[in-house]
Amino acid sequence: MKIKFSIYRYNPETDKKPRMQDYDLEVEEGSDMMVLEALIKLKEQDPTLTFRRSCREGVCGSDGVNMNGKNGLACITPLSAVKGSKITIRPLPGLPVIRDLVVDMAQFYRQYEKVRPYLINNEEPPARERLQSPEDRAKLDGLYECILCACCSTACPSFWWNPDKFVGPSGLLQAYRFLIDSRDTETDSRLSDLDDAYSVFRCRGIMNCVSVCPKGLNPTQAIGHIRSMLLQKGV
Amino acid sequence: MVASATSLGRSGLHDWIIQRVTAVVLAGYVIYLTAFIVSAGGLTFAVWQTLFAQLWFKIFSLLAVASLCFHAWIGMWIVTTDYIKPTGMRMIVQVLIILACFAFLIWGAQILWSV
Ligand code: SF4
Ligand code: SF4
Ligand code: FES
Repeated sequence: MKIKFSIYRYNPETDKKPRMQDYDLEVEEGSDMMVLEALIKLKEQDPTLTFRRSCREGVCGSDGVNMNGKNGLACITPLSAVKGSKITIRPLPGLPVIRDLVVDMAQFYRQYEKVRPYLINNEEPPARERLQSPEDRAKLDGLYECILCACCSTACPSFWWNPDKFVGPSGLLQAYRFLIDSRDTETDSRLSDLDDAYSVFRCRGIMNCVSVCPKGLNPTQAIGHIRSMLLQKGV
Repeated sequence: MVASATSLGRSGLHDWIIQRVTAVVLAGYVIYLTAFIVSAGGLTFAVWQTLFAQLWFKIFSLLAVASLCFHAWIGMWIVTTDYIKPTGMRMIVQVLIILACFAFLIWGAQILWSV
């Protein structure tokens, strides 16, 4: 069985502009493989084809790409799950392309940094560790699992238009992870940092983020919670 | 935190609340007016004039016009900050929208109180 691919190619050092290149891959009838595996096989055909990958099991978040129009991790997306007669692979939308499927994530990380994604506690540290009740710990479920793959933020139109001002679904999920942490004492200043017209409120509830997250997380819900926290503080 | 000079509210939350409240006022107005037109049967000039001659309805109407202006101001501000990138162009469009909102508000008040 021959599977057709169309892959985005761009090398800023030699190409004036990006182009789509066609590839064919022979896949045994009745068998399936992950998109990443196919990419690795295509790289054997054409060693100039460039992409990122590391863990190949959906843990590191380095191989986020756009497959037939939908963002996802190539390593955990089977060819059979990508609909259409041809598989079109492009880099994550909205970020500058370094080469082929490799994008510059600096803007994405800058938003991540902005939310201070670490525990801040100004009280005297206890002798051993800061304890948390099982109930409080449970509040972090669905938040801490984010692997920063950027599939969500680069699927979000609000992030495309204002990547410098809108924190984006991934960053906001992280923001909420620390807002809701019972051990964190900076809740108020974290909230004030977010209360401008862009950081949180540029989310229009389109829910692209939810539909693409490979870890099944729900940034829209986290954003809703942040909004409620701001509301509680603000009225 | 990003400061915004041409937005209506003082903060993201402020804009957000104004947007929600004005939406409720507009919905209420549209529902009331539709119900009134349907239940009035034939809509004659006299019926229409009596409706608008009542002070409470003038206030309600003006509130709806004001809500429309504020709602449009916030909504259009968001649209311009999404789609218009050059700063000069963005500011000109935003100022025009704000001026138009005020003009319509004054015009609306003038019409309502002339009944
Ligand atoms: S729900 Fe909000 S954050 Fe998620 S894709 Fe839509 S606008 Fe972006
Ligand atoms: S929320 Fe999901 S899609 Fe977004 S960065 Fe985290 S793991 Fe990736
Ligand atoms: S290679 Fe690590 S998530 Fe896909």
